[in-house]
Amino acid sequence: MENKTDVSLEASEEQLLYAKFLEVGMYVGLAILFITYFLYIFGIMEPYIPLSEVSHYWSQNVGDYLHEANINAGWSWVGMVGYGDFINFIGIAILAGVTIFCYIAIIPLLIRTGDMVYAVIAALEALVLILAASGLITGGH
Amino acid sequence: MGKNGRYAMGLFLCCTAILLTAAPAIAQNGIDNGGHSWWFWPLLLFIVTFVMGILAVLGGVGGGVLFVPIISGFFPFHLDFVRGTGLLVALSGALAAGPGLLKANLASLRLAIPVALIASSCAIVGAMIGLALPTNVVQIALGATILGICILMLTAKKSTIPDVPEADKLSSALRIYGVYYEPSLKQNINWKVHRTPLGLCLFVIIGVMAGMFGLGAGWANVPVLNLLMGAPLKISVATSKFLLSITDTSAAWIYMNKGCVIPLMVVPSLVGIMLGSFVGVRLLKVAKPTFIRWMVIGILAFAGLKALQKGIFG
Repeated sequence: MENKTDVSLEASEEQLLYAKFLEVGMYVGLAILFITYFLYIFGIMEPYIPLSEVSHYWSQNVGDYLHEANINAGWSWVGMVGYGDFINFIGIAILAGVTIFCYIAIIPLLIRTGDMVYAVIAALEALVLILAASGLITGGH
Repeated sequence: MGKNGRYAMGLFLCCTAILLTAAPAIAQNGIDNGGHSWWFWPLLLFIVTFVMGILAVLGGVGGGVLFVPIISGFFPFHLDFVRGTGLLVALSGALAAGPGLLKANLASLRLAIPVALIASSCAIVGAMIGLALPTNVVQIALGATILGICILMLTAKKSTIPDVPEADKLSSALRIYGVYYEPSLKQNINWKVHRTPLGLCLFVIIGVMAGMFGLGAGWANVPVLNLLMGAPLKISVATSKFLLSITDTSAAWIYMNKGCVIPLMVVPSLVGIMLGSFVGVRLLKVAKPTFIRWMVIGILAFAGLKALQKGIFG
């Protein structure tokens, strides 16, 4: 093992920065998710699928659900956020996307400290997550 | 988060849960095709996930691993939506715990980053495979995996501070090591890891399984980090929990982009598990963990058999 002297009880600078972004994103995502869910179930915003009909769809496979409900997969929900059910996807997307921002945030710090290997791995991870989020990759029945 | 903050968060979640479940039932009264009002299943989902959250903490398992087999086995939801929701449940738990674990330096970012790149890439592949395979095949594979997890829980040992005579070349090059304070020994523990290449290879399988079944992968992360790679148990558990926030993110996007997310299922599950976890942490002081762990293994085994039965007999 290398005899490095950078071992500390304290978390590293990049670790703390990552934690900060994660914490903010988590709270914002959860808060928005709860608020939008209230708007949805109290009928303040009209849902695309009426609440009494949702149970008709959730026992079908996802292909049949999308076809019957006439919903497009991927990011098409963005165009439907005017509906009470689809506005919930804002909070869900923030929760699912916060990690991407955490990685992007630490890359400059890693480069500045000369930790090029981790900067490259972090950049690759960000690209993998952006690719997953893009909707370009899908599986299906 | 401080003590008052935790209480405030708990109170907020309690109020949210009550409003999310009880009030809409009074406000609207649609009837579904099974003869239940529309709020029946979300309410039941909330109650079950609340209990699940308690058991997960007391049994030392993640919420995701309980959620998918139990909800897919005993609720009328299709496995596609259960897996999408299960990933979001596991993801939210990891997001909630992650910042604290990173700040306390118990979760190691240096250990997690290389592992996460492999696990999250493979979780995408797993999610694509899981969505492409016929549902009954996934059900059978899920049942077999859950029964395998039960065996792992029964047989796997844990090592608080594994003996790592020498760090391997890869972990040395990546500077994967650290130090933490162990209160039970009242001393600082320097740690390093070995067998890194083999550990990374195993995360290929873990990632695929996490994506395919929508399970959190803590049940597999911890043994690999702790027993194989030699990270101390506390570091392994904390890093595993944090790791889920990355692995599950990639798979969750695949399920979300495929349309496998129904908000009426997601929010009650998420709030139920989180609230249950809060209560579970309180109960941890008085409960008998060994009994609870046996109970969790029993429930998982039953849910695994149920998944097999559903997969084979429909």
